[in-house]
Amino acid sequence: VNPVSMKPFRWYTTEIERKPLFDKILIANRGEIACRIMRTAKKLGIKTVAVFSDADRNALHVKMASLTSADEAYNIGPAASAESYLKADKIIEVARKSGAQAIHPGYGFLSENASFAERLAKENIAFIGPPSSAMTSMGSKSESKFIMQAAMVPVVPGYHGENQDDAFLKAEAAKIGYPVLIKAVKGGGGKGMRIVEKPEDFEIMLESSRREAMKSFSDDKVLVEKYLVTPRHVEVQVFADKLGNAVYLFERDCSVQRRHQKILEEAPAPGLSEEIRRELGEKAVAAAKAVDYVGAGTVEFIMDNTDQKFYFMEMNTRLQVEHPITEMITHTDLVQWQLEVAAGNRLPMLQKDLKMDGWSFEARIYAENPNNNFLPDVGPLLHVKTPEASDSVRLETGFVQGDEISVHYDPMIAKLVVHGEDRTAALRVLRKALSEYEVVGLNTNIEFLKTLAAHPAFIAGEVETGFITKYEDDMFKPAPPLDPATVAQASLMMVLQDLEASKQAAIAAEDGSSPFTLNSGLRLNQVSEQKLAFKLEDQDVNVGVEFNKDGTYNVRVQTPNKTTVFSKVMAKLAGESSIIAEIQNRRYKTSVVQEGDQVHVFAEEGKVTLDVPQPKFLTVGKEEKAGSLRTPMPCKISQVMCKPGDKVAKGQALVILEAMKMEHIIKSPVDGVVSDVFFNVGEMVAENKSLIAFEVNEENAENAA
Amino acid sequence: MRPSYAVGMVRSYLRAHEDQSTILPNNIDTHKPEFKENAVRMQALVDDMNAKVAEIKLGGGKVARERHLSRKKLLPRDRVDRLLDNGSPFLEIGQFAGHELYEDKVPAGGVIAGIGRVNGVECMIVANDPTVKGGTYYPITVKKHLRAQEIAKENRLPCIYLVESGGANLPRQLEVFPDKEHFGRIFYNQANMSAMGIPQVAVVLGSCTAGGAYVPAMADESIIVQKQGTIFLAGPPLVKAATGEVVSAEDLGGADMHCKVSGVTDHLAVDDEHALVLARRVIGNLNYQKKPQLVMKKAEEPLYPASELGGIVGDNLKKSFDVKDVIARIVDGSKFSEFKENYGTTVVTGFSHIHGYPVGIIANNGILFSEAALKSAHFIQLCTQRKIPLVFLQNITGFMVGSSAEQGGIAKNGAKMVTAVSCAQVPKFTVIIGGSFGAGNYGMCGRAYSPRFLWMWPNARISVMGGEQAAGVLATVKRAGMEKRGENWDPKDEAEFKQPIVDLYEKEGHPYVSGARLLDDGTIDPTDTRAVLGMGLSAAMNAPVNETEYGVFRM
Repeated sequence: VNPVSMKPFRWYTTEIERKPLFDKILIANRGEIACRIMRTAKKLGIKTVAVFSDADRNALHVKMASLTSADEAYNIGPAASAESYLKADKIIEVARKSGAQAIHPGYGFLSENASFAERLAKENIAFIGPPSSAMTSMGSKSESKFIMQAAMVPVVPGYHGENQDDAFLKAEAAKIGYPVLIKAVKGGGGKGMRIVEKPEDFEIMLESSRREAMKSFSDDKVLVEKYLVTPRHVEVQVFADKLGNAVYLFERDCSVQRRHQKILEEAPAPGLSEEIRRELGEKAVAAAKAVDYVGAGTVEFIMDNTDQKFYFMEMNTRLQVEHPITEMITHTDLVQWQLEVAAGNRLPMLQKDLKMDGWSFEARIYAENPNNNFLPDVGPLLHVKTPEASDSVRLETGFVQGDEISVHYDPMIAKLVVHGEDRTAALRVLRKALSEYEVVGLNTNIEFLKTLAAHPAFIAGEVETGFITKYEDDMFKPAPPLDPATVAQASLMMVLQDLEASKQAAIAAEDGSSPFTLNSGLRLNQVSEQKLAFKLEDQDVNVGVEFNKDGTYNVRVQTPNKTTVFSKVMAKLAGESSIIAEIQNRRYKTSVVQEGDQVHVFAEEGKVTLDVPQPKFLTVGKEEKAGSLRTPMPCKISQVMCKPGDKVAKGQALVILEAMKMEHIIKSPVDGVVSDVFFNVGEMVAENKSLIAFEVNEENAENAA
Repeated sequence: MRPSYAVGMVRSYLRAHEDQSTILPNNIDTHKPEFKENAVRMQALVDDMNAKVAEIKLGGGKVARERHLSRKKLLPRDRVDRLLDNGSPFLEIGQFAGHELYEDKVPAGGVIAGIGRVNGVECMIVANDPTVKGGTYYPITVKKHLRAQEIAKENRLPCIYLVESGGANLPRQLEVFPDKEHFGRIFYNQANMSAMGIPQVAVVLGSCTAGGAYVPAMADESIIVQKQGTIFLAGPPLVKAATGEVVSAEDLGGADMHCKVSGVTDHLAVDDEHALVLARRVIGNLNYQKKPQLVMKKAEEPLYPASELGGIVGDNLKKSFDVKDVIARIVDGSKFSEFKENYGTTVVTGFSHIHGYPVGIIANNGILFSEAALKSAHFIQLCTQRKIPLVFLQNITGFMVGSSAEQGGIAKNGAKMVTAVSCAQVPKFTVIIGGSFGAGNYGMCGRAYSPRFLWMWPNARISVMGGEQAAGVLATVKRAGMEKRGENWDPKDEAEFKQPIVDLYEKEGHPYVSGARLLDDGTIDPTDTRAVLGMGLSAAMNAPVNETEYGVFRM
């Protein structure tokens, strides 16, 4: 699927030194990373053992591991990760049973669990990752900082000590250099946090910070740190072997984030001089060496965009989600490197052999709703069409059309990785590939990523962690005006699908050649017209499709502002979810997917969703009861605090939901009496389902309105 | 040296060659001025017809339509469209019914009727047009409704009545009410079709007063729209006059009352759209099976375009054309297995397929001589024996006359053809593609011979004889009388005498006149002939084909 990183590389150690790779490894992970690891293993002739939870029985990584009798896959328990992918016992048992010599943990789950690595060592199973000691050292933020300082790796300057004397703290601030940040030691959520721009303000801000800290945490102890005005997240891929070699494979910029999570990464980081790049790499290698690191690791730095000074944040002791962009610019296969290192071999390339080639981006395709604060979404992947893989486009995914994104795991659907000879070229490839990415069935961030990748500031390389907030107004601008040709295609798709359906029904009834089935809507001595009605964000769109005798169609698209008529349109179905149409001499091939009362069109201007209004006979008598409560997102009911007949007050907590590992409290919108509670504790509920209904009386009906 | 094969050992041709041998050749040169002129003339006729239909389609005028729409009701043709499966054709009958028939305009006879596919079942749909005189029944309305029912009965098509009618047209009650083929027959047909297992479904979309009330009341299942449909034997004014009771239409016969109290209707709909959905659901639950008793073939388009038919035929009935060129543009793959190709050549007989359905075709290529009549009778016997539907392509001035013909027994030979046509129980379809005159109309399955459908092309004419022949006969009779009285007839006077007769025949033989009186099922664009025949065949396959028994053939 993605041939780029799979190019053969030359072996540098002599054949005599070389140790054999494992014959069989277990992959203690799921989704795209499990598939990714399996592909490299397959290339190297290594047998793989997959594990899966009940929820993943039909997942792609299991299918990949069930192609032949030589492949193995084992069920390791219920859907919840705590009972499956995090269950070290079960995984070790499977490793023993299957005879796997090593375990690749992927990322997440057990990948940075030092005790798991230790247990494996005892069981005589190799852990494809760093030694547990390195994990432990890097796992503690305070310890790691001391180690880094000792190794001359810059950390964010600051004072974290016990001395709380005003003058002393101010002197420390001066040493650090303004602006500085005063933070409550016990702090969180921004409480007690103050930015101090200049020395004159220090005392007032310190006082105010202490007051708030006292009020919030009953502790007024503070620390002082360097404040970075425009911080960037820059990280370095490092690799070390057991023979004492360590290299850096250049840096990645992962500044663009939402909800403190990365969505668009690039390698290398834009706007860095070669000098800073080398300095970053060398400091990262120093950091790895300081903890006797082995294998793949990522050293994260925070970089001040104003002066390009960078400071150590933490080290991730695993293969990262975004490792493919490093592979793309270095033409390496980092999973293969991991396997070589784990076998005790030398790094395949040393620092002098490593060269950067071009630019790479990774866009993370998430099941989430950017218009609803990027809240994760779950649901079936009813329709998936991906850009075609090529030398410049690589797709890492663990899902295919028909799969489901469930509440149990990370909502990342795929990683779209592109390569170009420079940043501009790579970004162009990214934008085109994103425009070819189609998903129906749940909300995704694809349209958002498109906007992001086309933003002038992003194109100019002005990345920083606050990027999305800074350009919020541009990121969520209203949809472009509707192109009537898009509506025409959606309409023709619906008409043609209906025709096809009735034709298939007639064939099934062994009456397939009747012209009642084959002659599209013939009317004697007149043109027949089929009428369709849509809504686009409360705007009425009416369409008439006339059947011409020559098999073409005249399509009239009517919006409140204008009417457009396309004459003699040729159209035919191209598979289940695609239509080929020739409209005003232009040939289109467009995906049109129906999902319930919605029609999604993947048009040139992006994904357009048209609503098909429900007829009166479906809605009459079924109007929403006043004051009913609906689920804001797909979730699990974790607590129900009321029952039918209960009198509740406005603002009273009624139900607690759990979604994506977060709790949400549903409060009563009215003073009233509960008439119905529709779900029980433990049930999984989809988005926008009615949870609770209230007895209707005029008073609360008014309140609800 | 050519290799030599033992005779009988090696097949030297491909099986496909067999099929090829039945393909009719393309004899038409579309560049000839005559072809071009013909095409233009036929197109003018088609354009005129389409323009008239466009007007008919609008129903009872702008005011009535807008009043109807303001009540949030669908127009009758939209009702039909919603009722049909998406993309289903609608084989409309009697489009020209009532055309210039009365002083009042009664477009489509005030009722829309035709066959379409509903939930996979081919149904006869009869929809009152309330924008035309309140949907009341003129004599032509009754005739059209009855014709629709006749088609439904012969072909066993479930009937859906979309009812919104004020009942019989009171000023014309004498022509509407008392006779056998009048208003009452509608209910007689409903009862008898129901008895035959042909489902009868009524959708009450407006008022159904008096006689109209029996349509839903006699249906197998009926649907009514809330606050819109009413059913009563007598409306509030008549009730007040009769008994003094004052009652609103809704209380007297509204949807709620009939669904909840009287049980006259079975399904309650919230609006037109809902009612039509319910009707589709009713059809979906019929368990109605169509069992074509024919050996079907995979349908193929003809090799030559139907758009050339106009250029072949033109509008001048005096110009002859080879009917095989017409057949080649109608039948599957232009394949025609001709029967008795070299005998009685003024009639063409043979087997083909249309939309995959096997058919026997009888088409005129001149006057019917004795041999042609015998050949036709023979061919009809073949088709009835094999239960193959018959298609008649009429372009006939009549049987041959004259002493030689009479001595050859043209009367008894023609009678054999008429007997065969009359008794044939296979589905028969007639298309008048040119003239239809005299006994030729009988032998070629005119209206009186109960074809399942009879269609006309816009160039066609139908009458007892040609206008000039009729004028000639009348002039001869007149001259004989004058000569007896010793009078002289000036040739100029004779011409003046003949012209009105020619004109009258020309006018009365016109397809619109025929269509207005339902002497045919409709005038069609020649390019639709294949589709129309295909739909007719498809509809006919809903009924089993009966055994044919012939009367005495006079030998």
